[in-house]
This record gives sequence, C-alpha cells and structure tokens, in this order.
Amino acid sequence: MISILLLGLFALAPPSDVRAYDTPDDGGHAITVDWNLSPDDASLVGYEIYRSEDGTTYEKVGFIGKGKTEYNDEESEDNVLLNGTSYFYKVAAVMDTMIAYSLPSQAAFSSAQWLDTKKINIIVAGLIFCGIILYFTYYARKGKEFFIRKIAGLQAIDDAVGRATEMGKPILYCPGIGYMEDIATIASLSILGEVAKKCAQYDTKLINPHLEPIVYTVAREIVKEAYTKVGRPDAFDPDSVYFITDLQFAYAAAVDGIMVRERPATNFLIGWFRAESLILAETGASTGAIQIAGTDQVSQLPFFVTACDYTLIGEELYAASAYISREPLLLGAIKGEDLGKIVISVVLIGASIIGLLTMFPILQLFE
Amino acid sequence: MQRTFPLVLVFVFGILGILPFIIPHPVVQNTNDFLLNVFLKILLAFALVLGLGSLLKVHMDKIKRKRENWQYSWVLIGTFIVTSIIGLFGGVDGSGILPTHIGSFSFDIWTIYNNVEVPLGATMFALLAFFMASAAYRAFRARSFEATLLLISAFIVMIGVLPLGNRISPYIPSFAQWIMDVPNVAGQRGIQFGVALGAMATALKIILGIERSWLGGGGS
Repeated sequence: MISILLLGLFALAPPSDVRAYDTPDDGGHAITVDWNLSPDDASLVGYEIYRSEDGTTYEKVGFIGKGKTEYNDEESEDNVLLNGTSYFYKVAAVMDTMIAYSLPSQAAFSSAQWLDTKKINIIVAGLIFCGIILYFTYYARKGKEFFIRKIAGLQAIDDAVGRATEMGKPILYCPGIGYMEDIATIASLSILGEVAKKCAQYDTKLINPHLEPIVYTVAREIVKEAYTKVGRPDAFDPDSVYFITDLQFAYAAAVDGIMVRERPATNFLIGWFRAESLILAETGASTGAIQIAGTDQVSQLPFFVTACDYTLIGEELYAASAYISREPLLLGAIKGEDLGKIVISVVLIGASIIGLLTMFPILQLFE
Repeated sequence: MQRTFPLVLVFVFGILGILPFIIPHPVVQNTNDFLLNVFLKILLAFALVLGLGSLLKVHMDKIKRKRENWQYSWVLIGTFIVTSIIGLFGGVDGSGILPTHIGSFSFDIWTIYNNVEVPLGATMFALLAFFMASAAYRAFRARSFEATLLLISAFIVMIGVLPLGNRISPYIPSFAQWIMDVPNVAGQRGIQFGVALGAMATALKIILGIERSWLGGGGS
C-alpha cells in the first residue's frame, strides 16, 4: 500500500516524442532512435531501448546513459536487424527499480544508401582539385611550358649514377617496405624506372632488393622495360631485382648486409619506410655511399634528413617522376597541385582570421 | 594492346577503389572487400611463388659461381628447406598433416616465428637505439643556424620531459610541450597537406593514364 502511494508521489516521467528513422549514409541494417529527455533525467540511471516488429511484443536492444537523446540500433552478431522490415521502438527511463516506457515510435525500416552525403564536401573539393589538375594537363598538352623549381635530391641522381660508374661500384635501390597500393611505393617505382634507364646507359650495376612479392614482380618488369627502352635489353640482369623476405627487420638486416658487402657507391632509399629507415640510412652513411632518400612518412623524414645527403620530402617524391622525365603532361599536373595548395592555404588563412576575430567580443561578426 | 590493357585495368580498378569511400551500399562495399581480402590474396600467393623463385635462383647462382660469401647462401637454402618441411608437415600451429613434438616443443611455423623470428627482429629493432645516438650526434652538431636551432629545441624538449626540467623552472616543461604542439605540429601538417594533394594528383594521373612510368620506361 505504501509502495503504491510512493509510486503515486514519485511517478517517473518517460521520455517523449520518440522518433525512429533509417540511419542516414550507411549500408543499411541500422535504425536511429531519438527522443526528448525525461523531465526526471537528472536522477535517472539511463534509458533502455526496446524494439518490436509487430508493435505489441517488445524486446530490449540497447541501453544508453542519462542525458543522451539518440541511439543507433545496428545489426550485430546477436542483434538481427533486417533491411526493409518495419520496426517500432519504445524508450524507457530507468531509475533503480522504477521504469517508465514512452509511447511507441512510428514504424521505421532500414535501407542501404548509394551515396554518403556527409562526404559531399570532400567529393566537391576532390572534383575541384581534379579539375584544376586536368586544366593544367590540358594546357601542357597544348604546348605551354611550366617552370618547376630545382629539387636538389633529383638533380643529384645523374651525379650519383655517374659516381657509381666512375668508381665501378653498384647502385642500391631500396623501395621500402610498402605494398603496391601505397602511393609512395608507386612513386618510388616510377623513379626506379628512370634510375634503371641511367644505369643501363652508363652500364652500372643495379641492386634492387624487395620485401613485397607483388612490388618485386612489378619492379622487375619496370627495370626490364627501362633497359629495353634505352636499347640495352641484353644488359638487363634478371638477378639484379630480387625478393628477400616479407619480414620488416629481416629485410633491414639483408639490405644492411648488401650495403656492407657490396659497398654500393649510391644508395637510393625511396618509398614507404617505418622503423627500419634509420637502420638502413645509418648503415649506408657508415659505408661512405651517397644517399638519396625520399618518403611521405612524416615520422621517418627526420631520420633521412639526418643520415642522408639528399631527402625528397613528402610531395617531392610524387613529383620526381615528372621532374626526371620532363614529360609536359606530368609537369602540368604538378602545376595543378601547386594551385590546389594555394587554394587550401587561402582557405586556411581565411578560416584562421575568422577564428581569431571571434575571439574579440567587439568583433563577433561571425557568430 | 600490350599497353592499353594494363591502362584499362588500372582505370577500372582505380575507380573501383574510389567508389567504396563515397558509396556505403553493400554491393560496392562487398565488392571492395572481395577485391582486397580475396582477390589480392590470391594475387599475392602467385607473386610469392615468383618471389621465392627469384630468391632461390639468386642464391643458387651465388653458390654455383662461388661469389663472395657464397657459403652463407647455403644457410639460407638450408633454413628455407627446413622451414618449408616444418610448415608442410607441422602446419601453422601444430595442426598439420604430421605434427611432431619433442616434449613441449612443437615443430610448427608458429614455434619458429616465436622462437627465431621474433627475437631476431627484436635484436634488429634494438640496434635503433645506437643508430639514433649516432644520428642525433650528427644532427645536433651546430654547424649552421638551422642545426643550432634544432640543437636548442631538442635540448629544451629533452630537459622538459625530465623531472629535472620542472626542478629548474616550471616553465620549461610547458615550453617543451608548446614546441611539440605548435611549431612541430605546424611543420608536420604542412608536409601532410602536400602529401595528401600529391597522393591525390598521383592517383589521378595513374588512373587517367597520364603517368605511365610504372609500366616501365615512362612516356606517353
């Protein structure tokens, strides 16, 4: 009797306006439920979410803490949520042993979307950037010449190959430990093609050890093609490009061994590197070789800058192929990149100024 | 045809690689998963055979021609054969067609990995400490204005993370943190912007066939 009286005095208010709708921008099998907080939210434990297919029998599908007004009911191993099936939801406010159920939501069903609308801004920015690059490529095709600043590391390639030829020593080209899908590896293989051409012209031995079998296969074809391209297919040594191991430190040990035994005149460390970068660069420096390194891994750049003679920093690596080959179309693309950077810089500076202005109460123009 | 077919393949698979980023539909996501998790693995298996073939060929040739340090090639071929036999009969975790045990020691790939590869890898990794010391010595020699600046910044950061820094002045740890959070992050972000745009441009050039040097020999 007392408990009934107490319940009457302290009746728990349920959450209101429960809405259920298909979670936007997803692959289906998810429904989002939202609600207005219970007036007793401050003293609650949280909210329990219930789901029903027929609108009469509900099962608990989730729990969320107090103060929250949204829950995403997603399919998982122990929670089957079918696309196209209508579901009703109730949200219950929970306080110790007391529980208060909301009215049911309207029926909702999940479906898969064909476009992630949250990424439209990225798509638009990407399309603008692609448009700029294609515009400059088009201009390059029409014969317009572009100025590209000197990149010391790439200028040094000729000297490095020449030095190896004069010393009668080989050139070591290490493409890193990246996979074929890494842009740095693709850029590295482009440079490998140009270095291999110069090696073929000067009749300098090239050593190209690999960690990844697919990269090895592609590199072998690139080097072979490069030798053919300069009219020296007979000079191509199939054993100059070889696979070592797919283990990071075993590869580093093997390349270190090559550096110490073969004493290459020039080491190219260009591609995707991790912790082995310094091991390779320091060993190479101790053998007295000229070292040209390049990577887009920001964490490895300081090691290369310290231990190598020349370092291609970030995007310089991607520009290398165009820079060496002097292909007008590729140079046009680099100009497009530069304009893209200008656009980003302008946007960043503008955003920073707006951000700073909002710090001054008098100038709160943008609030 | 020899050039056109790879270019068409790159265009098709390049576009297929972009679509999962903007289309959440399971048709696209599942196709992407299939390409990455099944198709690529099959391709990798074939490439691995080619890779191992190349490795053995290089070392057999070294032994045949008695090149410098040819004896070590026997070590590689020997361990290759032993590991292959253990892998074929013992399996990955002792569940192969002929699992062999000596006491608690199981002859399988996992045992070799844990007892040989992991300690050897850790040894190589440990070398980094010594290489870092020698690289730091070279970098911190105050030969130019930039090197001096680097030396001073590194000194402040190193002192700042030590309890000693706080003892000297409570401002040193916060100044060290400021160096890490502001100039350091600004520099890194600058490089990352360039990397992101460069990666995008490179991808576009390859997908559209503007960049063809990966085909070997470059050019249009």
